[in-house]
Amino acid sequence: MSDERRPTPKLDDLEKGPWPSFVREMKRAAEGSAMADQLLGVLELSYGDRVGHWKHGGVVGVRGYGAGVIGRYSDVPEQFPEVAQFHTMRVNHPAGWFYKTDALRKVCDIWEKHGSGLTNLHGATGDIILLGMKTESLEPVFAELTENGFDLGGSGSVVRTPSCCVGPARCEWACFDTLALTYDLTQHYQDEIHRPSLPYKFKIKASGCPNDCVAAIARADLSIIGTWRDAIDVDQEAVGTYAADGLDVRATVCDRCPSKCMAWDGTSLDIDNSACVRCMHCINVMPKALRPGLERGACILIGGKAPIVSGAMLSSVLVPFMKLEPPYTELKELIGKILELWGDEGKNRERVGEFIQRVGLGSFLEAIGLEPMPEMVKHPRENPYVFYEEYFEEEK
Amino acid sequence: MAEPVSVDEVAEAMFRMISDAQGVRKLKPNDVSKATIERFGPERCGKGTCKEAIRQLVDSGRCIYTYFGGSYIELPRPEQEPS
Ligand code: HEM
Ligand code: SF4
Ligand code: SF4
Repeated sequence: MSDERRPTPKLDDLEKGPWPSFVREMKRAAEGSAMADQLLGVLELSYGDRVGHWKHGGVVGVRGYGAGVIGRYSDVPEQFPEVAQFHTMRVNHPAGWFYKTDALRKVCDIWEKHGSGLTNLHGATGDIILLGMKTESLEPVFAELTENGFDLGGSGSVVRTPSCCVGPARCEWACFDTLALTYDLTQHYQDEIHRPSLPYKFKIKASGCPNDCVAAIARADLSIIGTWRDAIDVDQEAVGTYAADGLDVRATVCDRCPSKCMAWDGTSLDIDNSACVRCMHCINVMPKALRPGLERGACILIGGKAPIVSGAMLSSVLVPFMKLEPPYTELKELIGKILELWGDEGKNRERVGEFIQRVGLGSFLEAIGLEPMPEMVKHPRENPYVFYEEYFEEEK
Repeated sequence: MAEPVSVDEVAEAMFRMISDAQGVRKLKPNDVSKATIERFGPERCGKGTCKEAIRQLVDSGRCIYTYFGGSYIELPRPEQEPS
């Protein structure tokens, strides 16, 4: 809203070239918003000083909820009063991120009216991220969003907004209905999403097959990844067509199978399904010939996280195969036991994966009532938590 | 003998605990629940009652959630920026 364009020599460098530029978007937003304009100022300053000028957290929120608003304050408020408060609002996205265009327009209208007009749409959590609002706007925005059928998502020490891949809505590989499950879990954990009651965040993400398009294994504390337990469905004729069309089936499919459990003799593809680790490689290469089996469900994994308090971790197998059909009782019981145990015994800001490392997977499994299984061991001889107590007892 | 404690009574006890801690120590909602269950005994006050009591305190505006690296429950106070 400034009459004169703010000089931003450093930022301008990031506008060069034909590709999209966040600086260009911020400048567009700045035409209608003093907040967006001063955001440019803060960023230009940061590039000069080589430090971020933001602090996060605090007392802000909407009444009744302990989540969905992330307080953000500038540490140079005198220089940039419009962005002294620049809070983020997380809005729970629909499963699979399907929107009708008017729904998005509505969110944008609300946001232009009350906020900076800037969004990075979907954050790593999955939620719609509305960037930059003053404390006084929190309740009005919340009221307008809820009137239009939206609700806030999770933030802080809560179950975070569950998210999933597009699943059966537009992918032939989905081994379970990721959308239905995510919708169901979102409804089921409303309290846990809005009212902090856990030691730290707990993310649930669901991918329909081992391609894991939402990277659940790396980004979720509880990763639900579709798989099958019978044989890969093979159309030998279609494999033959791939070969006839020039695909070197042996080199590109069989030799790259991580389990080396496939053989191609020029006419027939043979798979030792007992050795297959369901990696999807062969299916991805020959989608017209191969499909996941018919007995489908998901593998439930635990402990993934990005490096915040301590280093990054990938989730590891907790339940090798679970059927996932409404009302998902088995899964909810499992999640319930995990939240209860970690809720009671987890330290402040300790993710469930770190908690398991601290108490040991053996004790963790015992406490949630699961039997140790070979599938839980990442590499042979690396996880000495299976103690075979029954054998020790026999020897006594 | 083990007469269950009412949600109101638990909410009062929690409110006192949160008031006493205000400005001294930040309490996590779960810490408040644990201490409350310990105080009344698990046979008189369960997790469900604690959850309801916290809901009552927050929905009525007597307490608020705050975030300083993790989520806490506190008395309403003027907006304070994180340091
Ligand atoms: C410098 C001396 C030693 C070396 C280099 C050594 C090396 C090894 C290696 C390479 C393994 C195989 C680990 C695996 O498969 O993952 C092993 C296993 C084992 N070692 Fe040693 N070792 C040494 C001393 C000892 C001593 C003194 C004992 C007993 C007092 C011992 C008891 C064992 C046992 C019981 C296993 C089997 C563990 C299992 O299967 O889980 N080792 N050792
Ligand atoms: S994870 Fe699998 S099912 Fe989901 S979109 Fe990706 S390929 Fe399809
Ligand atoms: S899914 Fe992976 S492990 Fe299984 S047969 Fe195909 S390439 Fe091999």
